[in-house]
Amino acid sequence: MALHFIKKAGPGLMLSLWSLVAHAEFSWNFPKPVTPMAVDTLHVHNKFMVIILAIFIIVLGIMIYSIINHRKSKGYQAATFTGPSTRSQLIWTMVPFAILIYIDFVLMGIPAYHSVVLMEDTKNGADMVLKVTGMQWRWQYEYMDGDAKGIKFVSNLATPEDQIHNKAAKGEHYLLETDNHVVLPVNKKVRILLTSNDVIHTWWVPQFGSARDAIPGFLRETWVKIEEPGTYRGQCKELCGKGHGFMPIVVDAVPEDKYKEWVAAKKTDLAAASAGADKAWSKDDLIAHGKEVYEKNCAVCHQSNGQGLPPTFPALAGSKVINGPIFDTSGKLIANSHLDRVFNGKNVMPAWKAVLNDVDIAAVVTFERNSFGNTLGDAVQPAQVKALR
Amino acid sequence: MSTATTVLHDEHHAHYQPGIMRWLTTTNHKDIGTMYLTFALIMFMVGGAMILAVRAELFQPGLQFLKPEFFNQLIGIHALVMIFAALMPAATGFANWMLPLMIGAPDMALPRLNNWGFWLLPPAAILLTLPFTLALFGIGDGALATGWTFYAPLSVQGGIGVDFAIFAVHLLGISSVMGSINIIVTIFNMRAPGMTMMKLPLFAWGWLITAFLLIATIPVLAGAVTMLLTDRHFGTHFFNAAGGGDPILFQHLFWFFGHPEVYILLLPVWGFIPHILSAFSRKPIYGYKAQVYSFWAIGILSVVVWAHHFLTAGMPVPALLYFMYSTMSISVPLAVLFFCWIATMWKGSMSFETPMLFATGWIILFGIGGLTGLVLADVAADAQYHHTYFVVAHFHYTLFAGGMMGIMAGVYYWLPKMTGHMYNETLGKLHFWLTAIAFNITFIPQFFLGLAGMPRRIPDYALQFAEFNMISSIGAFILGLSQLIMVYNIVSCVRGGKKATDKPWEGAQGLEWTLPSPPPYHSFTEQPVVE
Repeated sequence: MALHFIKKAGPGLMLSLWSLVAHAEFSWNFPKPVTPMAVDTLHVHNKFMVIILAIFIIVLGIMIYSIINHRKSKGYQAATFTGPSTRSQLIWTMVPFAILIYIDFVLMGIPAYHSVVLMEDTKNGADMVLKVTGMQWRWQYEYMDGDAKGIKFVSNLATPEDQIHNKAAKGEHYLLETDNHVVLPVNKKVRILLTSNDVIHTWWVPQFGSARDAIPGFLRETWVKIEEPGTYRGQCKELCGKGHGFMPIVVDAVPEDKYKEWVAAKKTDLAAASAGADKAWSKDDLIAHGKEVYEKNCAVCHQSNGQGLPPTFPALAGSKVINGPIFDTSGKLIANSHLDRVFNGKNVMPAWKAVLNDVDIAAVVTFERNSFGNTLGDAVQPAQVKALR
Repeated sequence: MSTATTVLHDEHHAHYQPGIMRWLTTTNHKDIGTMYLTFALIMFMVGGAMILAVRAELFQPGLQFLKPEFFNQLIGIHALVMIFAALMPAATGFANWMLPLMIGAPDMALPRLNNWGFWLLPPAAILLTLPFTLALFGIGDGALATGWTFYAPLSVQGGIGVDFAIFAVHLLGISSVMGSINIIVTIFNMRAPGMTMMKLPLFAWGWLITAFLLIATIPVLAGAVTMLLTDRHFGTHFFNAAGGGDPILFQHLFWFFGHPEVYILLLPVWGFIPHILSAFSRKPIYGYKAQVYSFWAIGILSVVVWAHHFLTAGMPVPALLYFMYSTMSISVPLAVLFFCWIATMWKGSMSFETPMLFATGWIILFGIGGLTGLVLADVAADAQYHHTYFVVAHFHYTLFAGGMMGIMAGVYYWLPKMTGHMYNETLGKLHFWLTAIAFNITFIPQFFLGLAGMPRRIPDYALQFAEFNMISSIGAFILGLSQLIMVYNIVSCVRGGKKATDKPWEGAQGLEWTLPSPPPYHSFTEQPVVE
């Protein structure tokens, strides 16, 4: 049995141990800071680490000296003191505490005070505002002012399922890649507003040195001023359900002119997408587009095969909700119908009207009605969805 | 008092019902203490097995064994089991066994309450873990999957596991409050003549502060989880912004309990570690009064620093500064304790039997936990540390090294007294060295993982975290398996072994060593007098 196990697992174990030695890329400290906040945090952190390491080594040294010398086996006779007995001893025992209070409230306390003030300085001199909305399990970004005002998109994990389930080799940015990167200009102070649609998430990019919770029903804020162009990656760091490990953040920091180009291009894309809502779509086109939307947004709970994960995430195959009518005879949306559930959400199901555009919603509903064994054969047009807004 | 006469005496008084009824109906402090300690040991192994499954999943990137939703259940239940069903019952077990012996009382003051306090624990443990089994039969979707902190709205959204955990917490809370009342009443009323409050053993002082903290904070937790229950099922909106509530209110309520809880777990250990250091240094405890005042200071400070557990939730600058500086100030009384522990060893005549090894290793490793706690207080740096593996490593240095390894020191220290037999010293030492080394292999890499940016509570991770995770998992398995040595050692010590004398440790001080090993069923038929 044990031998069998070694035979089976042995090579894998050896391989992983070998890769440990061969490809080890150990990181011993914070990643390279790129914002004033992160630079400050790293500086404060390094200082604190030196201080606590010094305290640790000194105290450990005293202990080791005592352990080596004050042993019964060396015939050391135990002393009997139970406290400082003379005035000078009393004063000497106070010295470590005086030093500690100095470390706490001066050496560490003063730089820490300045860091807090810097960290919370979100409003002064902000060049632009980005709104970040956390939801299970993706981030939505909305540009609130300037040329980019109105740009709004969702950013999903782009790592293929096969890599996560060890059926394919893992890519370079395994679990840290998204389909839509956030693009921000360098050297501009960006005020970031955070909220959530469902549970608490935390928006965190380690190289920015700022982490702030996204809380449903409330706005929280932080800020970044990225000083170096590049691509920066982070993750949600508040447990938010089963997809918590799978909602990365990727920010592209680019020079001002590149940013303007991106804004113009993105606006054109979004305009084209919303124009699509006014034309009539064929059922096949809707189903084809709907499949893409489904894989990106719905499959994480309802699964690629539509079987869901009951009881929390119901199956779509054969679902009563899906296999019912959407509009009544007068053309009004029926409450708790398929489209109503997708558009407005219910309980754990998010309200997708806030996230997806009209074409996406019409397409995904059409797709679900004609897949997983559901054969309603009808189609929802983007214009019908648009009319609900 | 000779052993022979005591045995006769013992038989005369030790009339209890046969078989299982002895344990169900017992009001004897030693029987109840034994049950607490056995329960703690079993649940320690259960909680450990859960986390080994987690570490196996984290051995390599990718999802291997566990689905993410099951992973989330394991980490939360691991924490609840270790805190409420292993560490706290172990400390209560020691209190039951040792407090009456140490203060010269015949038994605990409220023996029936004592029995009830224990017998609430097994149902609570079953409630916590039952949803795992129910899920196998297609009922519900498993245990609490929110982490042990129950954060709303995730816990409002969760399945029946949350309800089970809420009721388990209620039972555990009632049990803790009853245990605390018993300990306070015992210490205040049943001390031997001459034992003034400032002559109390430090273990009694540590437990006294713990008991007051429990009575002060458990009702807040019970209230918070009850509000959660009504939010889930009865349409209230305490934690739902759409109904005028606030999710962060839950965090305030939870951590108003949760931070003192840390000291609830540690104060009993801080209480008996000085006894062990003093015994094996053959030298009196240094700075008794200073330690008592530090216990008080830490007890009071612990209830005014709670918000440092969620500094990233967003707070006004003055609140951030207040919680930062108040948290840092805890380092002062804690440093007094460290100073006293080391000064107790200083110029002693030390020998290193297993309890002393654990106590010494405990000071060093708990020191790392304390020092990293100091830097975590810094609000700006905390934005980086918060909810990463840096925090995971930090609180395992305080709660595994500072809590569990302290408990182990106590186990080896008092085992000869409780059983009347010596444990196997070689195996004890082996257990210490394996535990101390494997513990560091497990958790030192986690500090670096946290700094590099690995969030906690994720079932899968990016490739740059692979090496440290692999090392950490290897360490965790060695650590977990080493605990079997302790189990074997305890079991064989209970069953037999070299006869222990009344005072097996040369330098040990205190009333418990004036009784035979094992002590008679009813200790101190004649009250001892303390000068």
